[in-house]
Amino acid sequence: MTAMERFLETFFNPTVMAKYTPDIIAGIWVTLTIAAAVIVAGIAAGLALACLRSYGIRVLNFFIICYADIFRALPPLVVILILYFGFPSIGIQLSGPMVLFIVLAATLAAFAEEIFWAGFSSVEKGQWEAGIATGLGFTRTLAYVALPQAVRLAIPPLVNRVLAITKMTALGSAIGVSEILSSATTAQSFSGSATPLTMSVVAYLVIFLPMVVIARWLESRTAWKKR
Amino acid sequence: MDIFIDQFFNIDIMRKSLPLLFKGLWMTLQLCSAVILLGLIGGLFVALGNMSERRWLRWISIGYTDLFRALPPLVLLIFIYAGLPFAGINISPFAAVVIAFLLNNSSYYAEVYRAGLISVAKGQWEAAESTGLSPAQTLIHVVLPQAVRNVLPDLLSNTVEVVKLTSLASVISLSELLYNAGMARSVTYNASPLVLAALFYLVLLWPLVRLVSHFQRRLAA
Repeated sequence: MTAMERFLETFFNPTVMAKYTPDIIAGIWVTLTIAAAVIVAGIAAGLALACLRSYGIRVLNFFIICYADIFRALPPLVVILILYFGFPSIGIQLSGPMVLFIVLAATLAAFAEEIFWAGFSSVEKGQWEAGIATGLGFTRTLAYVALPQAVRLAIPPLVNRVLAITKMTALGSAIGVSEILSSATTAQSFSGSATPLTMSVVAYLVIFLPMVVIARWLESRTAWKKR
Repeated sequence: MDIFIDQFFNIDIMRKSLPLLFKGLWMTLQLCSAVILLGLIGGLFVALGNMSERRWLRWISIGYTDLFRALPPLVLLIFIYAGLPFAGINISPFAAVVIAFLLNNSSYYAEVYRAGLISVAKGQWEAAESTGLSPAQTLIHVVLPQAVRNVLPDLLSNTVEVVKLTSLASVISLSELLYNAGMARSVTYNASPLVLAALFYLVLLWPLVRLVSHFQRRLAA
């Protein structure tokens, strides 16, 4: 057997591929489901926090800023382990996928809050005053004047952050969530072949490469008017 | 409430696990310095390739950044650590982490550098070269300092991400901060060591996160 043949046999073994394709596909499904839930919940929570912050209530803002800081500073894996291993002993039993969803959504919310807040801050003061002066009131000025501009500014950095955090669904393999990576490592130890690992790499590329390319395009489109 | 404090903020267990966690922290710091340094250097080269006038070089470095930004770092790490031995290449956990995160970080750093290099006006290159500086001298003494200053917040926030990333090394049993905390947890059946590790990360990273916010606000103003 030549070196090339052995390489292909190890990393691209067709029999192993055929056998474990259903497992990997099931893993893709789990990854996509959790990712979608994280994106929706994380962005919604982040936007809500940024809106709340714009009301300028001092005590509330203190807590929002602390929350955003802490979840931007902590490695998600640490929080995942604390929730997964610590909570059962105080009587809160959370499943692996639930823990993964909560931690990643909370992390995304922290980053999204900062991004939307930066968007709100960049809206000129005169626009707020003009909105309120026309009788819209603060809440409607927020919704109709500030929000559309903040969202537009937020999209490129938000897309990058969403990508980085949805990729973290792979951390689920550390707590037994049967997403792509953990299906692949299980298959690898059963088959004694590196092929399932290659399959997981391919699966992630199929999912994320188009998103990376779209993010690059979005960024290049807005680069000229960058702050 | 008592049971909550006993499970998450048990001072006694925290104190006992402290030496182990400090040992882990030392490893984490070593990992960080290796990975950050290599990432900063590697990223610069990728960024320069990205802006090269040679088309093939441009394509290779864009392909490189997109490829390694699309792969979750943990997948890359597992592939290198568990996959390469199948090809007859055995590497230590430390080396696996450094290689995997270098590939990942250098792509992210490259994107930041690229934004920085673009932000420096073309006239600066031309002016510096017309005074007789070589391209390398122009880059190091004229362009790079300005480029780095322009993207300092992004470089910093990327570095925060790198430090957080090193916690993934615990998955392949490299005894860094999180791994040691997990060990202490499984021996004591108590989550306090993990909470203590979280506090360590906060002490390390909160000031940097604040600094990033501060820079961003100054840039926006």
